[in-house]
Amino acid sequence: MNRYFREISVTVALVLVLLALAVVAPAFFQAQPLLSLVTREAPTLVVACGMALIVISRQIDISVGAQFSVCGICGGLLAARGWPLTLVVPASAGLGALLGACNGLLIAGLRLPSIVVTLATMVMLRQGLNLVQQGAFVNLPDRVQWFGLSQAAGQGTLVGVALLLLVLFGLAMRRVAAGRWVYAVGTDAEAARLAGIRPQLVTFLVFVLMGALTGLAATMNIVQSPQVQPLAGSGLELKVIAAVVVGGVAISGGRGNVWGAFAGLLLLACVSPALIHLHIEAYWEKAIQGAIILLAVVADGVRQRQTPGGRG
Amino acid sequence: MAPAPPPNAPLLTLRRTAKSFGGVRALRGVDFDLQAGEVHALLGENGAGKSTLIKLITGAHQPDAGEIAVAGRTLDGLTPALAQQLGIACIYQQPALFPDLTVAENIGLRLEPAGAWRRIDWRARSARAADLLRRVGATIAPETEVRALSMPEQQLVEIACAVGAGARIVIMDEPTASLTSREQDRLFAVVRELRADGVGVIYISHRLEEIFTLADRVTVLRDGESVGTLAVRDITEAGLIKLMVVREVAQLYPPAESAPAGNVLTLRGVGCIAAGLTDISFEVRAGEVFGLAGLVGAGRTELARVLFGLTPADAGEILLGGQRIAPQAPPEAVALGIAYVPEDRRRHGIVLEMPIAHNMSMAVHPRLFPGGWLRRGAETELALGFIRDLAVKCAGPEAPGGSLSGGNQQKVSLARWLATKPRLLILDEPTQGVDVGAKSEIHRIIRRLAREGLAVIMISSDLPEVLGMSDRIGVMRGGTLTAVLPGHSDPHTVMAAALGQTA
Repeated sequence: MNRYFREISVTVALVLVLLALAVVAPAFFQAQPLLSLVTREAPTLVVACGMALIVISRQIDISVGAQFSVCGICGGLLAARGWPLTLVVPASAGLGALLGACNGLLIAGLRLPSIVVTLATMVMLRQGLNLVQQGAFVNLPDRVQWFGLSQAAGQGTLVGVALLLLVLFGLAMRRVAAGRWVYAVGTDAEAARLAGIRPQLVTFLVFVLMGALTGLAATMNIVQSPQVQPLAGSGLELKVIAAVVVGGVAISGGRGNVWGAFAGLLLLACVSPALIHLHIEAYWEKAIQGAIILLAVVADGVRQRQTPGGRG
Repeated sequence: MAPAPPPNAPLLTLRRTAKSFGGVRALRGVDFDLQAGEVHALLGENGAGKSTLIKLITGAHQPDAGEIAVAGRTLDGLTPALAQQLGIACIYQQPALFPDLTVAENIGLRLEPAGAWRRIDWRARSARAADLLRRVGATIAPETEVRALSMPEQQLVEIACAVGAGARIVIMDEPTASLTSREQDRLFAVVRELRADGVGVIYISHRLEEIFTLADRVTVLRDGESVGTLAVRDITEAGLIKLMVVREVAQLYPPAESAPAGNVLTLRGVGCIAAGLTDISFEVRAGEVFGLAGLVGAGRTELARVLFGLTPADAGEILLGGQRIAPQAPPEAVALGIAYVPEDRRRHGIVLEMPIAHNMSMAVHPRLFPGGWLRRGAETELALGFIRDLAVKCAGPEAPGGSLSGGNQQKVSLARWLATKPRLLILDEPTQGVDVGAKSEIHRIIRRLAREGLAVIMISSDLPEVLGMSDRIGVMRGGTLTAVLPGHSDPHTVMAAALGQTA
């Protein structure tokens, strides 16, 4: 079976859905609504790139949603104080990197399981934010929305940045030695260690990167509206993990790439607008997304059993 | 019902029992019998077939040929459950108890009838555990968690389970491997008591003195065959060693044509508490294959891990090319020119999901990819070079490591380390589980590497291999080096050193 079977099959599924929509509901392809849809998903794509690396290295980070909220609110508060966006963006990314470093230190340094560590940090960040912000929105100055550009130009910029990052990560994972280390550590950390790679350092840096990307994505979100919501990131972790898994990144580590995660994200994101255009009740959205995730996991399970010599 | 067993039938009889795994003949034809009230020792070097024999007796595997009879009744299709019913119990070196449960709970799990919904009588469970523990001479409270027990105490719990199950045949697999001499004495007392009660004990040990203190009879296994069963009082230690060892080394090994030059590695009194090593001194010269012989658990792999910086040494000094070194982590060892091809290549040697080229380049990223950019061309070139050089049979550098045969996987693992251009190459069981053809190919490669000036340390449990391949042989026992012998030494001398005898 082809090495990229999973990526290819998700892409084929996506193309089929788009073709079906083109026939049944051509209205789906109107430029403005489509651009809005893609813009809404742009920050998610940036987080999904980081999550792909996390999962490839055989870890998980369920605190990204909470990190996203915290970075968004902090970025919003700075912008409201009059900081220019050229400072708000790096500050937010830096804060994210710091939060990621905390996760990374606990997971790589103390060798604690990532699911428990990030569960704890998720709860702490979320509750901390509630305590400080009491659910209040942060109002942003006018120049922040769409970077002070026209809406279309702002949307274009966001989508452009997200795609640029995607391409960057896609290439880096294939072209840079550090990308190879992420795969090696995720497949067999002990073998990597014997080969002179430092698995704990790789794990730590992947979490730092995850945080930085989340912080960046949070600013890509706040420029889309005149206010920042403290709940902006709730459920984001499940969304990106689902996208990554649907896109063929093995939850057992060592396999997959950001391209697949991209296709997975688009496939899941298409469900809701597709239902609207097909005049099906929106209640079906989660059910259908769930079915897609299940299908992906089943495909991985079947594949793993067929691969001779693979991990059981 | 089954016909009544003949009177005075042995507890256990094996006749011409054979077992193969894949193409490997683990047991070629073993005759063995166990009488009631005797301690019967089983002796043989690594890979002689002892573990396989145990697995046949406990029903874990079924023999391909021959028969097994318990109390005179020939059985076909012995299963672990049936073996248990027949009163066969095995005490493994590593006790298989649940660490988070108490002693009483562990004993209860083994001995009480199964049934998900039965009511548990805690008082009876505890009383029975206390009684059994007392019978095996253990002073352990039944409500202790097994986690808190030492290894010998856990063994006693296992023995208590066997006693409680009314076992008639008790197998002990190297029970004293981790015991102090006081604990050992207590264990011996328990074994003698079992014998007095008419239990037959199969006792496996590498320590000859134990066999002479404890056993009534001894059966020697060699290459999957039983080569003799003798009464212990009729034999000497030298005689036993002679029986264990293959008489001649096959002439299949490439000749040692290199002339070893200056010292590459020198160890002076090296020790490591974490690895259980003490006071190891030897040197390895350029162009030399230094074989490391010893029984499993003698500390050979641990020594390799110390040299590679995985468990840094805490005593003595290590010199590489005259410079004192103290590698603290593998990258440091690699930078110094040390390469370690680990044992168990399927776990740590190569990454099965990764292409061959990625596997081969894994340890040379800093050199092959300056600045961190992968250079596909250089990587493929490296891989193609090694594929040609080591004659790796594969579909190409992009084929996944898992698609190769064992011997070819080993070559990929070897290539990864040769790519680092080491001065010192440590090979841990380089031919374990590879077929005969690939084995002699790997031998020729090792010889060629030595001829090219590499210092090679070869750890092997295959005695003929060590004897045939090595220029000099270091023998380890109990975490230290007990002898350095010339290549092509007499196998008896090597085995005697590994067993700690002066034969």
